[in-house]
Amino acid sequence: MEISFVIEKFILVVIIFAISLVIAMYSTYAERKVAAFLQDRLGPDRAGPFGMFQPLADGLKMLMKEEIVPAESSRWLFMMAPGLAIFTACIGTAVIPWGSDIHLGSRIIPLQVTDINVGVLYIFGVVSLGVYGVMIGGWASNNKYSLLGAIRAASQNISYEIAMGLSIIALLLVTNSMSLKEIVEGQHGWHWNVLYQPLGFLIFMVCSFAETNRAPFDLPECETELIGGYHTEYSSMKLGFYLFAEYINMFVSSAVMATLYFGGYNYPGMDTLGPILGPVFGPLFGTVILFAKIFIFIFFFMWVRWTIPRFRYDQLMDLGWKVLMPLAIANVIITGIVIAIVEKF
Amino acid sequence: MEPLTNKKKILVQKPLTFAERIYLPAILSGLGITMSHFFKKEATIRYPEVQREMSINWRGMHSLKRDEDGKERCTACGLCALSCPAEAITMIAAERKPEEKDLYREEKYASVYEINMLRCIFCGLCEEACPKEAIYLDGPIVPADYLRKDFIYGKDKLVEQPLVKK
Repeated sequence: MEISFVIEKFILVVIIFAISLVIAMYSTYAERKVAAFLQDRLGPDRAGPFGMFQPLADGLKMLMKEEIVPAESSRWLFMMAPGLAIFTACIGTAVIPWGSDIHLGSRIIPLQVTDINVGVLYIFGVVSLGVYGVMIGGWASNNKYSLLGAIRAASQNISYEIAMGLSIIALLLVTNSMSLKEIVEGQHGWHWNVLYQPLGFLIFMVCSFAETNRAPFDLPECETELIGGYHTEYSSMKLGFYLFAEYINMFVSSAVMATLYFGGYNYPGMDTLGPILGPVFGPLFGTVILFAKIFIFIFFFMWVRWTIPRFRYDQLMDLGWKVLMPLAIANVIITGIVIAIVEKF
Repeated sequence: MEPLTNKKKILVQKPLTFAERIYLPAILSGLGITMSHFFKKEATIRYPEVQREMSINWRGMHSLKRDEDGKERCTACGLCALSCPAEAITMIAAERKPEEKDLYREEKYASVYEINMLRCIFCGLCEEACPKEAIYLDGPIVPADYLRKDFIYGKDKLVEQPLVKK
């Protein structure tokens, strides 16, 4: 039992890791294609059919580039920071439930690496850790633009984590659980949390844009002001790691949003369709649904990036502290009152 | 002081309305605009495979013409080189030998005819100057290259392909 448990989890971890890397890789391709279509262009179409091999060509290019370490940088931190960024981006996938349990004969295989009872807190912690890669990289480069980018990343993350945490508190009032598995199970069929927490979802989404350093909140790497911000001094695959980490972050936060607010692997009509598909393919179809939701969110991330210009720094802070935080507090209070009233009567 | 014109306007910066301050209506309309472009036909022409039609007075790469019997029309008179404002054309004339009668139309021909495509400004004066209708700028765009010397086009690149005898 023990050894089969380990093997089962190991296979699951490898699959999830591979999937998140492949999705991150093809997100770069999708981003360029989406950007092109939104701007009446074609996008990459030279490498392979429809430019499908573009990510491979890009990866090869990144690997072949000369690797430069600035002479005055603090070498170890400079080397470590991209790895830290990509590591913290990857570990977020561990607690996300990718599907309901598969019943294979007498075995029950959960499609979740680990179901810790504070899953939401874990996600929150990992997201907060994500800024360390950016911060350390920016500081270690010994470049004023990088340092400015790092400072911006840190302050931006601190400002938006508060509103994000408050929106999660309102969600927890509704779900009564911090385990992601239980949160998803509680959204059976159509009872998605976004219907009970629309404002909370909006706040959470805006904050996750800020946490992943995506436009319109991409001030840490703002090209026009900071020449690339925290990764100004990075080259070769270390730069590639940073760019990759951004896309993995995008994938993870899309997965978290789909899980927390859009029912995860639940879909309307799952009680009739699930038994028809059987104990193996029923849960797997749920996983497909979850990935469809994730892809819609990733598309939305890109759609927003190519629509909205970057916020100015003071606007960013205004939005975070003066708009989102009061809104999130109001959301918590209203949710609490409504729940108290509903329980009373 | 009295203003010189009555065009002066005092601009007042209006405070943002609530709808403007929460950004969302503007963001949603922006998203609508970009989405409408998602379904529009792209303006891109896939250049090397698909080429846009040139205008009728398009001037591209030069070609040295042959007459209806496949003989080169150029007699190396040098008027094109003389007319060229960029001094891009050089040529060396030679006398036709009796056995070369099928190759060249007249007794004198250009043994070397070179155009420096980096100097050429594609003005078309050589075409106008030519009394024998031997040179026309009716070719494609001159392709890019790596070395300057490769832009000096000789007769191998300029002379029209011979007619295929039926």
